[in-house]
Amino acid sequence: MQHRTAVLASVALLGFSAVAFGADQGPVQIEIKAQAFAPAEIHVPAGVKIELHIVNDDALPAEFESTDLSREIVVPAHKDVKVYIGPLDAGRYRFFNDFHQQSEGYVVVDGK
Amino acid sequence: MFATAIIVFREVIEAALIVAIVLGASRGIAGRGRWVSAGIGLGLLGACVVAFFADVITSAFEGNGQALLNAGVLLAAVCMLAWHNIWMSSHGRELASEVKQVGHDVQSGSKPLTALMVITFVAVMREGSEVVLFLWALGTAGSASSMVVGGLIGAATGVAVGVLMYRGLLKIPMRYFFNVTGWLVLLIAAGLAAQAAAFLNQAGWLPTLGSSLWDSSRLLDQSSITGKMLHTLIGYTARPSGIQLLFYVATLCTILALMRWVGRRHAAARTA
Repeated sequence: MQHRTAVLASVALLGFSAVAFGADQGPVQIEIKAQAFAPAEIHVPAGVKIELHIVNDDALPAEFESTDLSREIVVPAHKDVKVYIGPLDAGRYRFFNDFHQQSEGYVVVDGK
Repeated sequence: MFATAIIVFREVIEAALIVAIVLGASRGIAGRGRWVSAGIGLGLLGACVVAFFADVITSAFEGNGQALLNAGVLLAAVCMLAWHNIWMSSHGRELASEVKQVGHDVQSGSKPLTALMVITFVAVMREGSEVVLFLWALGTAGSASSMVVGGLIGAATGVAVGVLMYRGLLKIPMRYFFNVTGWLVLLIAAGLAAQAAAFLNQAGWLPTLGSSLWDSSRLLDQSSITGKMLHTLIGYTARPSGIQLLFYVATLCTILALMRWVGRRHAAARTA
């Protein structure tokens, strides 16, 4: 009985860590070049966790921020960072550079 | 220059609001000014250190250094806000009557002075490090005068809003004063806990539990000044995820329950 509980508990834990850690889909890259996001619009599928890989090619630091996704991370000059997003529902999610607010882009989640 | 001032203002106002409310909530506790000032000083120092080591922090913990650092300091601030409110639930009445008589100090129990310092430190360090990085970038890009003037205008305006907030708080009659500040502190704590959850989720350490429970961005844009202020004050999030809401509600209920419990025990001890 105890054994079975232990097995069940570890299966549940494994399930949780599969949900919590690691992305379902390999990194999607966004570059910051001359203070603009390229591409400025990325399309990702609904319902999966995605790793974004943000590369700053500029000599200026940027802050990748999205209030729609509750994400914020400083991207130092000539550095790259990773950010997990999702699983997301279909829709458009805006992101911007908090240090240069005119630069913006969208994560577009197409319907299932 | 105006763009610089606005960006700096947007960062400074968040820290200023938190410091204003903490100062209000600790009214009448002797020595609070010194401890809050220490928090501001250490926060400014911490901001420079974090900005200077931004590269190192970014690469730490497999690229999750920033998110984990943010989550860590936010959760520390949540604990300190909780401690302050729980302490107030047994000393608030005493404090309210002594504030009226001015100059007296609350004798019983250890005062949550460290809590005041840590909360101020975290608020100033988090927002300050972004300001430092941003201004540094402007300076190296060659617009040093715009950096200095814009930065100063932005920071001064942000601090002014904090001062107004504090002055406004002091207008509240003493009878309700600590009740109001207690709720403000409680809501700030819940909001910061939700922010910490978002950072842990960003690092992939917590599940999302639903990406966008509702969308009120058309009603109130979270990146507008009002939206940002409400984000700091009550944790307003236009498109919250499940994990954020869960942390918000759990923090609110836990602190409230502890406040009630400690308050009741204190009242029982007094009548006994």
